[in-house]
Amino acid sequence: MRNLWIFISRYNAFFLFIIFFTIGIYLTVKNNSYQRSVTLNSTNEVVGTAYERLNIFKRYLNLGMVNDSLAAENAKLKSQLLGLTTIDTAKDVKVIDTVTNQDYTYLAAKVVKNSITLRNNVMTINKGTIDGIKSGMAVIAPQRGVVGFIRDVSEHLATIQSLLHKDTKISVTLKKNNALGSLVWGDGNFDIKKSFIKEVPNHIKMYVGDTIVTSGYGSFPKGILVGRISKPNVATNDNFLSGEVNLFTDFSTLQYVYVVKYKKAEEQKALESAVKPNE
Amino acid sequence: MNSRIIIVNVIRWFLLLFVQIFLLKNMGFYDLSTPFIYVLFLLLLPFGIPNIVLYLLAFGTGLTLDAFYDTMGVHATACVVLAFVRISFISISLNRDAIDDPEPSLGYMGFQWFSLYAFLCVISHHLVLFFLETFRLTEVGYTLMRCGLSCIFTLLIILLVEFIFYRRTPR
Repeated sequence: MRNLWIFISRYNAFFLFIIFFTIGIYLTVKNNSYQRSVTLNSTNEVVGTAYERLNIFKRYLNLGMVNDSLAAENAKLKSQLLGLTTIDTAKDVKVIDTVTNQDYTYLAAKVVKNSITLRNNVMTINKGTIDGIKSGMAVIAPQRGVVGFIRDVSEHLATIQSLLHKDTKISVTLKKNNALGSLVWGDGNFDIKKSFIKEVPNHIKMYVGDTIVTSGYGSFPKGILVGRISKPNVATNDNFLSGEVNLFTDFSTLQYVYVVKYKKAEEQKALESAVKPNE
Repeated sequence: MNSRIIIVNVIRWFLLLFVQIFLLKNMGFYDLSTPFIYVLFLLLLPFGIPNIVLYLLAFGTGLTLDAFYDTMGVHATACVVLAFVRISFISISLNRDAIDDPEPSLGYMGFQWFSLYAFLCVISHHLVLFFLETFRLTEVGYTLMRCGLSCIFTLLIILLVEFIFYRRTPR
């Protein structure tokens, strides 16, 4: 102990230096916003990289769970298929909607390129004209939720103008009272989990948690689940209400989508084009 | 004698900080070269000063500068580094028992020793100061250039002041 004291007092200049230097650095980082932000950012970067690594590892651990949910979904779909009148070709599954007597077929496609970070997002799937895909067809997510419309088609591939696009507008209704509205994305809020329902008439009451489904007026079949209201009754300048919607679709993890083929699409289009807009 | 040293140093402290804060703070060449003349006060403190007092004075002077420069802690840290370099250099280059000069000034110690002493102290002070101010290594070239040019500027002024105010005394 005595030797330690002798050692410290002999090199007191160095130890005092360490003490004062530490105090100085501490004061610098604590009191200067720039230096503090740099310190925090570099720490965050280290932590962030560590988390990223961990995430890659965790994804593998989650594979089992993902498989289970896929298998469960498969089983559910198969049992539903048995209950419906189906004609099972190799690729297409024909679903006959007995209520409105429209028939839609669903075609599974794999997403080969996805984008979610841009203002206007477009994704690519591995099905094209050879599989009967045409521009304007609706695309829905595997479990629940909407994805967008087919935009351009080549022989083996097609691009989807996703909901996360400024031109995409989907006709939707509130499930409880069939009030019409349209679903758009990115009105000052580019959160990929949030969207907006607009043009809802003023007298309609929206509440948090109300379910939004497709109206069936566009290329989407009626009653596809879209999302839930998270912020209702946002007043706009016009005579309509808006609301913020939490989407069911998770665009960031989308692997497979279903392209909806509407058998009477062309017939309907031809008929409706006969009506001039300003007639 | 002792009280005279204290009074001289107190006056020097006020004078140098006054010049630094009110005159040199507004000077700068293309934002590259800024002189920090106030370190002369720390350079000229008497030889016999205890280390702890030296560190406290350095830290206090730095903090005073920081208050005016609005850079809490940057100058204080740089001054502490300067104090460490001063102690190390003096203990290496001079025999502690044979020191009979009151303070390490140009007049007492001669040009060669003093200029090396001033150079080492000033460059360490400036290096710490500018790197703490920039606080990143990506602009290292620019920071080093600022540091080098400021160092030259500071040294020139320090030598100038020394030559003006101290008459050479025969050793």
